[in-house]
Amino acid sequence: MSDFEHSVYLDAEKCKGCINCIKRCPTAAIRVRGGKAHIKKEFCIDCGECVRVCPHHAKKTKYDSLDSLNDFKYKVALPAPSFYAQFNNVTDTSIVLKALIRLGFDDVFEVAAAAEMVSELTRKYIADHPEGKPYISTACPSVVRLIRVRFPSLIERLLPIITPADLAATLAVKEALKKTGLERKDIGIFFISPCPAKITAVSSPLGIEKSEIDRVLAIKKVYTKMLPLMKMEDAGDTELKRAGRIGISWGKSGGEVSGLLTDSYIAADGIENVIKVLEDLEDGKISNMDFVELNSCIGGCVGGVLQVENPYVAKTKLTKLRKYMPVAGSHLDGNIPENVYWSKEVEFMPVFRLGATPLESMEMMQKIDAIAENLPGLDCGSCGAPTCHALAEDIVRGVANERDCIHLLKKYLHKISSDLNLL
Amino acid sequence: MSMTMKLHYDVSGDDFTRAGEASGKVKAKLRQLGIDPTAVRRVAIALYEGEINLVIHAGGGEIDVEISPEEITMVLTDQGPGIADVEKAMTEGFSTASENIRSLGFGAGMGLPNMKKYTDQMKIDTKLGEGTTIYMTVKL
Repeated sequence: MSDFEHSVYLDAEKCKGCINCIKRCPTAAIRVRGGKAHIKKEFCIDCGECVRVCPHHAKKTKYDSLDSLNDFKYKVALPAPSFYAQFNNVTDTSIVLKALIRLGFDDVFEVAAAAEMVSELTRKYIADHPEGKPYISTACPSVVRLIRVRFPSLIERLLPIITPADLAATLAVKEALKKTGLERKDIGIFFISPCPAKITAVSSPLGIEKSEIDRVLAIKKVYTKMLPLMKMEDAGDTELKRAGRIGISWGKSGGEVSGLLTDSYIAADGIENVIKVLEDLEDGKISNMDFVELNSCIGGCVGGVLQVENPYVAKTKLTKLRKYMPVAGSHLDGNIPENVYWSKEVEFMPVFRLGATPLESMEMMQKIDAIAENLPGLDCGSCGAPTCHALAEDIVRGVANERDCIHLLKKYLHKISSDLNLL
Repeated sequence: MSMTMKLHYDVSGDDFTRAGEASGKVKAKLRQLGIDPTAVRRVAIALYEGEINLVIHAGGGEIDVEISPEEITMVLTDQGPGIADVEKAMTEGFSTASENIRSLGFGAGMGLPNMKKYTDQMKIDTKLGEGTTIYMTVKL
């Protein structure tokens, strides 16, 4: 668990030790200690909420630079479906795809095209395995990570199909090897990502051993380089375009389910809403559903923290762009690509567990409840923990003490001062 | 040494938006205790059904949960109307819920049957006009 590589990290110099991130983190993974935020690795699901909310830009995302294009002889760009929606006046996706070639790529493989194949595979999977319904989408890595730490009973509902980005990479590698005759190491597969979660999914994948993606670029970084290149004259070639309406729709909430041709679905977006749906699913409150699409970001991938455009504007742009496209541009045609299903089980990580055994946990919980009783219950965050209860937990775990609470400290100081006056 | 942990919740009878609050809290506690996920889910489902019943039928009540390393016992007490025919009430699909309640998506007649299905032991003490107490146990 400790060797797990996260893409979200802290720039300690910029961190002012404020409480914005600790209050927003959906897994209570952050504490401010010694005036700086610390992310508890095993709790972090790379959702990027802390990156979004930090007013000092101290929470950052690790991604590769465009210079890494020089690491390979043949480079393929994999733009996320939400990428097209970042730009103005894009009436045809090929404008964006051609600009990627001008940027230095040798080819592009739209993630949206692979997404259409994943939609087809999902329809088939649900039809072949109806007993496992409702299936939960596995396209948003933060959701899969959240389920892994907090909703173990729902692990069996995860759709065991690789993500559109991973499928695009697999297919792009195959194509490039055939086209160029180069060795695998000379081919660079570059995913252009909307969020940190999808970056972590490349370095530490779940459900598969290894991703075929070699480098991950951030949409916001590629964006500025793209603008002048998109204004250039049309170079003719339109072969690059492979995706249709279904694939493009994956960029926003409700897009994935639109490709499933069923009305028995839920599509929830925003991490708090996702948690609510997962709780209800676990409690058996949601029934008669085929599929549950969950996106950690509000609006879906258009709401990713590495995006440029306002997510609501981006959603409209995707809808407009879809208008004159075919329903789907890519089809499986009866061929199921290799390695398209998960090859590795997702294991429950009981990070919220207090002790090693239920008995030990029970003893700890009683101490925690007793300490929490004594705390003011304001959840002000000044101690560096997101809630009074979290501070009580930290005290029992031995990583904080009662005087970290400024309200208790104040009382304590009052007492000392009145004791001194009595002398 | 046998250790137990006791939890108590009052369930208000007139607020649908809060139904599920107690079962949600219990679930969070069990998760922290490292209780087997399947058992957590069974307790969550059974307790939620019971909590909803307290709100719909009984005008509120109380939930007491006792957790030990061996088992989780749940006692739901109310001073509601009581259950006229327990056997009938235990039949899947049988419901006395009003049209009003059904329009909210409840009253499918699965409450008591689900509580039985997801627990190892269930006992109902009920008296018309006086109230109902339901005892449920999930073994660990």
